[in-house]
Amino acid sequence: MEIRVRDLCKSYGGVPVLRNVTFTAGDGVTCVMAPSGAGKTTLLRILLGLETADGGTVEGADCRWTAVFQEDRLLEHLDAAGNLRFVLGRDYDGARAASLLAELGLEEAGRKAVREYSGGMRRRLALARALLAESAALALDEPFAGLDGETRRRAWSCILRHRAGRPVLLVTHDEEDAAGLGAAVVRLA
Amino acid sequence: MARRRGALRLWAVVLWLAAWQLAAVILAAAYPHGGLLLASPLSALRRLGELAVTAAFWRAVGWSACRILGGFLLSCLAAAVLAAPAARYGWVRELLAPPVAAVKATPVASFIILALVWLDSGRLSLFIAFLMVFPTVYLNLLEGIRQTDPQLLEMARVFRAPLGRRLAGIYLPQVLPYFRSAASLGLGLCWKAGVAAEVIGLPAGSMGERLYTAKVYFQTPDLFAWTAAIVAVSAAFERLFLKLMDILAGKAAA
Repeated sequence: MEIRVRDLCKSYGGVPVLRNVTFTAGDGVTCVMAPSGAGKTTLLRILLGLETADGGTVEGADCRWTAVFQEDRLLEHLDAAGNLRFVLGRDYDGARAASLLAELGLEEAGRKAVREYSGGMRRRLALARALLAESAALALDEPFAGLDGETRRRAWSCILRHRAGRPVLLVTHDEEDAAGLGAAVVRLA
Repeated sequence: MARRRGALRLWAVVLWLAAWQLAAVILAAAYPHGGLLLASPLSALRRLGELAVTAAFWRAVGWSACRILGGFLLSCLAAAVLAAPAARYGWVRELLAPPVAAVKATPVASFIILALVWLDSGRLSLFIAFLMVFPTVYLNLLEGIRQTDPQLLEMARVFRAPLGRRLAGIYLPQVLPYFRSAASLGLGLCWKAGVAAEVIGLPAGSMGERLYTAKVYFQTPDLFAWTAAIVAVSAAFERLFLKLMDILAGKAAA
């Protein structure tokens, strides 16, 4: 599977955010890097179908995505299992979920509601949700924000182990993330 | 702290009851029929005790409760059915705004008299309870739905969560606190308006009719006893309903 983005443009209130963005993302992990405000999140939102581009074309992105959003977007009143059940429905597999949560160091979360989680725990649960849900591609918007070095490395290996051949589009500021995931790098101007 | 406040509240109630008893005793001593003007709390309580062991009392409570709470429940149902499209579509919201504002602003007595022209007195309290509760529940539900986190809805859209899961996971936890507060207000309101409708419409066998009869025959202890019964039944149903809601909310969160 290949995602081909050609001359993508987007502006808000006349202010251009994306200017002729062109790249191809292959089957592996593609890391989109750019300074703050360069439109990385907007790019992901267009690929997810949440925004419409002003110009340009996107091919291969019209599929089922799962995502880690810039905000965690978790259901605060539910625990980890409840949040995973919300997106997985009948496909929820308790053993598989528990194993992934343990890999991400979330085994201590237990039955606690998400509102009691720390920032890092929320981020890891959002990542687990994206990895477990059925999809053809993954969009990860700064999924390692707020994670310490060791947890970040665990998250990398989780992504590599559980992406199951799905293309991953990752937005990050950190070169180390791209290197750790062996990702192709796309730089937005 | 809460215990101290509770004790203070209890003392305040006792003080006012004592003042009421004293006023009744003074009136009874000052005028030949002073007891008719103000029944003492003890005589009202005694009368309530006498009434509470009769089948007729409970039949009247059941009669009024069925209609008034029926009106309340129908109102909640209608508010939920209409608030959902109103939150989504501006034209539905605008269409409903004038009647909702009119019901909010119009005195309940006007509606009761008007409704007596259209309906038989047996259905009056149901209709009035429905009408008086509707704006409160509708506007609260509308606000609750409109405050739903758009980021969570977007997440549900990306993950393709079906409507049932969106309702249970996103809308319900968001809307329930709004509904709870509206229900609490509405339950008090429906009893006040419903009994007022019964007092004007005089449907046979209702609590309102008993209240009116007590007034006509100067049975002041009965008047106070029925009033206390209405307040107690209203408070009991409010507590029961809110407790049930809390249990449901707890189950939804689990």
